[in-house]
Amino acid sequence: MRSACRSLFFLAVAVTLAGSVQAQETASTTEEKPYHVAEDGTVSWPVFSGFRRYNSVCHTCHGPDGVGSTFAPALVDSMKRLSYEQYMDVVVNGRKNVNTAVQRTMPSFGLDPNVMCYIDDIYAYLKARSDGVVPRGRPAKKEDKPAEWAEAEAACMGL
Amino acid sequence: MARLTPVSGFVLAFAGTMGLWATQAAANDELLKIQDDPKQWVMPLGNYSSNRYSGLDQINRDNVGDLQVAWTFSTGVLRGHEGGPLVIGNMMYVHAPFPNTVFALDLSKGGQIVWKYEPQQDPNVIPVMCCDTVNRGVAYGDGKIFLHQADTKLVALDAKTGKEVWSAMDGDATKGETGTSAPLVVKDKVLIGNSGGEFGVLGKVTAYNMSDGKIAWRAFSAGPDDQIKVDPEKTTALGKPVGKDSSLKTWEGDQWKIGGGTTWGWMSYDPELNLVYYGTGNPSTWNPAQRPGDNKYSMTIFARDADTGMAKWLYQMTPHDEWDYDGVNEMILADQQVNGQDRKLLVHFDRNGFGYTLDRDTGELLVAEKYDPAVNWATKIDLKTGLPDRVKEFSTEANGEDVNTTNICPAALGSKDQQPSAYSPKTGLFYVPTNHVCMDYEPFKVAYTAGQPYVGATLSMYPPKGEDHLGNFIAWDATTGKIKWSLPEPFSVWSGALATAGDVVFYGTLEGYLKAVDAETGKELYRFKTPSGIIGNVNTYEYDGKQYIAVLSGVGGWAGIGMAAGLTEDTAGLGAVGAYKALSSYTALGGTMTVFALPE
Repeated sequence: MRSACRSLFFLAVAVTLAGSVQAQETASTTEEKPYHVAEDGTVSWPVFSGFRRYNSVCHTCHGPDGVGSTFAPALVDSMKRLSYEQYMDVVVNGRKNVNTAVQRTMPSFGLDPNVMCYIDDIYAYLKARSDGVVPRGRPAKKEDKPAEWAEAEAACMGL
Repeated sequence: MARLTPVSGFVLAFAGTMGLWATQAAANDELLKIQDDPKQWVMPLGNYSSNRYSGLDQINRDNVGDLQVAWTFSTGVLRGHEGGPLVIGNMMYVHAPFPNTVFALDLSKGGQIVWKYEPQQDPNVIPVMCCDTVNRGVAYGDGKIFLHQADTKLVALDAKTGKEVWSAMDGDATKGETGTSAPLVVKDKVLIGNSGGEFGVLGKVTAYNMSDGKIAWRAFSAGPDDQIKVDPEKTTALGKPVGKDSSLKTWEGDQWKIGGGTTWGWMSYDPELNLVYYGTGNPSTWNPAQRPGDNKYSMTIFARDADTGMAKWLYQMTPHDEWDYDGVNEMILADQQVNGQDRKLLVHFDRNGFGYTLDRDTGELLVAEKYDPAVNWATKIDLKTGLPDRVKEFSTEANGEDVNTTNICPAALGSKDQQPSAYSPKTGLFYVPTNHVCMDYEPFKVAYTAGQPYVGATLSMYPPKGEDHLGNFIAWDATTGKIKWSLPEPFSVWSGALATAGDVVFYGTLEGYLKAVDAETGKELYRFKTPSGIIGNVNTYEYDGKQYIAVLSGVGGWAGIGMAAGLTEDTAGLGAVGAYKALSSYTALGGTMTVFALPE
């Protein structure tokens, strides 16, 4: 997985240059299809990792499997519109939409290793969900955890 | 910590109320008196014993079928509406989820709004509320209404005017600590717990002086003996002294500081024993491998002295939790015979699926049986040691990190969550709204960051294998631990029950039905479809010679996440398929109170 170190590095760029040409160029070339799903349904490890992390942190508001809830929008829809940069910006910095009719608050996860160390995995999972290549629920089959992914995770989480 | 002597507390109470006759003792007497008047509904669970029983019998099993809607009231708030209204004299007090609006309605003027209170709270508190922005109700005492806000602030409002008398910030919402529970007024104090077990918040109960909002005592759920207010020699667990550092010894290093055990459920009080009862929630994180030890005192029933907070006895139901079986559900106090002996009982339907009957004076465990036959994580509870006999197949600890343990019953939301049961002294039965849901649970490593989720597991929930309903409404005999009757419900029953002297039991359903059933047989006698799914508690009162039934509808809560969330698309492939999908055909968001009465 690319997530750990690269993401945290990218985070610094995204925070300071969000929306700039430079930030967009960094990501848009690599993040159109950040997942791999084999014909028999075996998902790449990052997709599975993203599934687990999503359904431990994000689902309390965005609903199981990204289908949305009474609190927050369905990410299977949102991910059709959001660029990687916009996704990063919202997750890192949060977002607020509070008025008399709506009380929606997306917290900032920029300092949460449980999210930031897996931000690309969650992205991969949500894109796969949004593109309709991964069904609801737990992926039935997954690739083994790649050694370099495990190393990057350990480094990022400080395990 | 500011600590007032009883004498200075008295003086302040007197001065603070500007000459009102009320004193400490009178405040206590006032509630003891009102709780015995069935015309009023003075505390969220009906009385100090949390019986949710009313002596009113104008509405009874013969005429309840004629019930009609008398009036309705919109709270103007979406989101899940837990709890229910209070009725004191001619006034009704209705609360709402975040922003925690409170309305005072004059029943003598057709429900006219006398005052409305809406606190200003930082909306950043919204996303740190794990399971919807719910609030389980306000409390009354000494001419004041007490509101426990989402941001943990406890506010005392003048019951006549709605003006703020005092306020106290109980915790720190930036660390994920929030307020959802209803306060309990005991003597001259008002008690609240805290929420935030999914953010590594350490549980605590705090008693505030009703007169001035100063802290009288505070007891944490884990840590050194003085902080958890446990006496190593005098505090007992199943009859034996707990010994020195009984909590610290069950954690690795400083883990207890982010160890959870939050106290977001209901409290009860026995005025004769002067003991307050409540339970603590899950240890943080949900990944058991990361917190070796028994994690005391998460998942524990506490009996504490109301004046000092010192624990008389305690009992940890699920040591080293592996499934998120919080122990916060209501503690119902009843006097019944067990094995031919009169006992002062505490009855508790735990999230872990066992119905516990204890002696509430000594903490002796008398009965512990499954109140849903689907429960499979343990075969039984040893009454001597109090320990569950765990089944390895369903142990997320034994199976380990990164392993998906399947078909565990009950699911994390428990065989029952906070939705309070009712007890009828007339039938001797407990009426329990239950969940009939199982789960897969996969724990994995997480890191702690203050104010960020600290969960460490992914779950999926579905009905027990081969079944298609997600809830039951049951009648339970707590002296023997047996189900008397059980009514299947398509969805979890997430509404608090009400039993009455009219031999009727009321409860609400997630589709939005208010139902009335026969207290003896469970036979359905009446149903009415309210504007939204019901996760509130059914209350009753009498005004001007007429009995009313009142309930808040407004779907949400954890049920709203798990169920309302999955409504928009076909869930084929998940176990919950048909059942969850159907809910969207019944209900949408919106808070309304519906009040019922018999026709003229």
